[in-house]
Amino acid sequence: RVDEWTDVDRKRVMNDIISAMFKRNFMEELFKAQDLYSKKALRTVYDRLAHTSIMRLNQASMDKLYDLMTMAFKYQVLLCPRPRDILLVTFNHLDAIKDFISDSPGILNQVDETFRQLMETYNCLSDGEFQLIRQTLLIFFQDMHIRVSIFLKDKVQNSNGRFVLPISGPVPWGTEVPGLIRIFNHKGVEVKRSEFTTAGNYITPQREGSFELYGDRVLKLGTNMYSVTRPVETHVSGSSKNPAAQAKENLVPNPLAKEELNFLARLLGGLDIQKPAGGETGFRLNLFTTDEEEEHAAQTRPEELSYKVINIEATQEPGRRAELSRILGELEVTEPR
Amino acid sequence: SQAAWCELPSRVLLVLTFQRGIQMYESDGSTMVFWHALHVPEQPAAHSVFARGIAAAGGHFVCVGTSSGAVLVFDIPPKGTNVTLSEILEQHQDPITDIAAEQGQAPDGAGDLVTADDSGTLCLWSTGEEFTLLGKIPGSGCTCSSVRLWNGIVAAGYGNGQIRLWEAGSGQIRAQVSAHARWIYALDLAPLTGKLLSGAEDSFVHVWQLSRDPDTDGIEIQHCHAECVTDTQVCGARFCDPAGDTFAVTGYDLSEILCY
Repeated sequence: RVDEWTDVDRKRVMNDIISAMFKRNFMEELFKAQDLYSKKALRTVYDRLAHTSIMRLNQASMDKLYDLMTMAFKYQVLLCPRPRDILLVTFNHLDAIKDFISDSPGILNQVDETFRQLMETYNCLSDGEFQLIRQTLLIFFQDMHIRVSIFLKDKVQNSNGRFVLPISGPVPWGTEVPGLIRIFNHKGVEVKRSEFTTAGNYITPQREGSFELYGDRVLKLGTNMYSVTRPVETHVSGSSKNPAAQAKENLVPNPLAKEELNFLARLLGGLDIQKPAGGETGFRLNLFTTDEEEEHAAQTRPEELSYKVINIEATQEPGRRAELSRILGELEVTEPR
Repeated sequence: SQAAWCELPSRVLLVLTFQRGIQMYESDGSTMVFWHALHVPEQPAAHSVFARGIAAAGGHFVCVGTSSGAVLVFDIPPKGTNVTLSEILEQHQDPITDIAAEQGQAPDGAGDLVTADDSGTLCLWSTGEEFTLLGKIPGSGCTCSSVRLWNGIVAAGYGNGQIRLWEAGSGQIRAQVSAHARWIYALDLAPLTGKLLSGAEDSFVHVWQLSRDPDTDGIEIQHCHAECVTDTQVCGARFCDPAGDTFAVTGYDLSEILCY
């Protein structure tokens, strides 16, 4: 149970995970130009990251955590006013992370380094390039409609799992409030103005968010959803809108392309796992109210929503197998008592 | 990936763009007529390679845009699979977003093809055995996501929600509309009436009326109608008939096609 943890434990887990995520090797791999990886690969990386400290999660809690993460991320990407704002969302994430480890200068440095790399890589991209990134991400999250309590309560998600898209509020920076039509003659001189009205109720934005290392991002997307203690329930419905597509993804016999396996090996090889010292015990995080509920959730999770975590040892090639066994051996963490 | 019907006088082809290539099929989807793999540069590219923007033009050509800014012109035989790459047009520096052929009557010197790119630059061409660049309208930093050409008027939709009308012959701007609050994904034009359809991420679809007065040479755009597809980012919008009496809409995460 989470309430058996002390503040020292919480700090430890936070530091371990953040430190693992922002390690130079890991980040270097992430920054390499590459195709978006598969859902299975992403889930595997996420699993490993969640277990880089003394915290453990059972399958059901891990599934729920991953559901929360994907739906929150989908929400943030979908609602970005401008394509470029996905970078501001990322900066919001980093700002919050820096807050968590503000008293660990070593880790803080790593995060700042990643910040600088992000700025260097992405600040110069065009709107079109950002939109392409955003579209690629949205395709990845297409047809996922898991309902998240905190979103339902805040009325940003409907009971059918779709997000609310407001038609009021500030327009994106660089966009004008809809309504004006300007007509020019063949010499380029404006000769007429007219207006049209719609149901929308938009206003002009006050200022643009900052893309610097420090600054007011203005955008609230990507800020800490749980800055005040909030419920973590998710509702997984059994009916999938696109069962054919889901089934196809699960039927592929060798789900990983060779490149993806290589990428994963390199990526996970860079993850530095903290092994609990001699007398330490680990802690299990249960995202449900009771152990029984967690067990029940594991048994009743709809088939099409099961994340098949990659078992890397199940590869056929002997050479690759040896290499991965070695990496996995280095990643082995002693089971907590 | 994109899919488009290319209606030529001799035949109709279904043209698909997908990662790193282009495929063309007979109109009933039965046979693949042709495929073309895009050139991928040797050193690992920081930018992805893709094809985007499809239009039938000049009677027997299909034009497809690419991420390098090049426009591939394919010569299509009236029957059979002997499609050849006729020309590569290299006037754009940025990835192509959309291509459109003249859907009405082009005034003299106005050209019959327009190509658009990520920087908002528009190029006007006259088609033929050799395509000729007639004019270039420089972008102002905002992506032109979608473009149409009708009676010598270029209708362009932009990532900042604006619609602009340009005079194809002179390259002069003739109208500027603050049409949408988000990225415009789709524009379509009904050639019999000059109705224009715009769909964007702000959930709205608008119908506009374009007109061109031959005596005064005045170009006008008026707003006719708005539809809000609640909680949906509109990704596609097309008229279902040449007069523009009905239109269809698609959106992100939407498994239905909505018809109005």
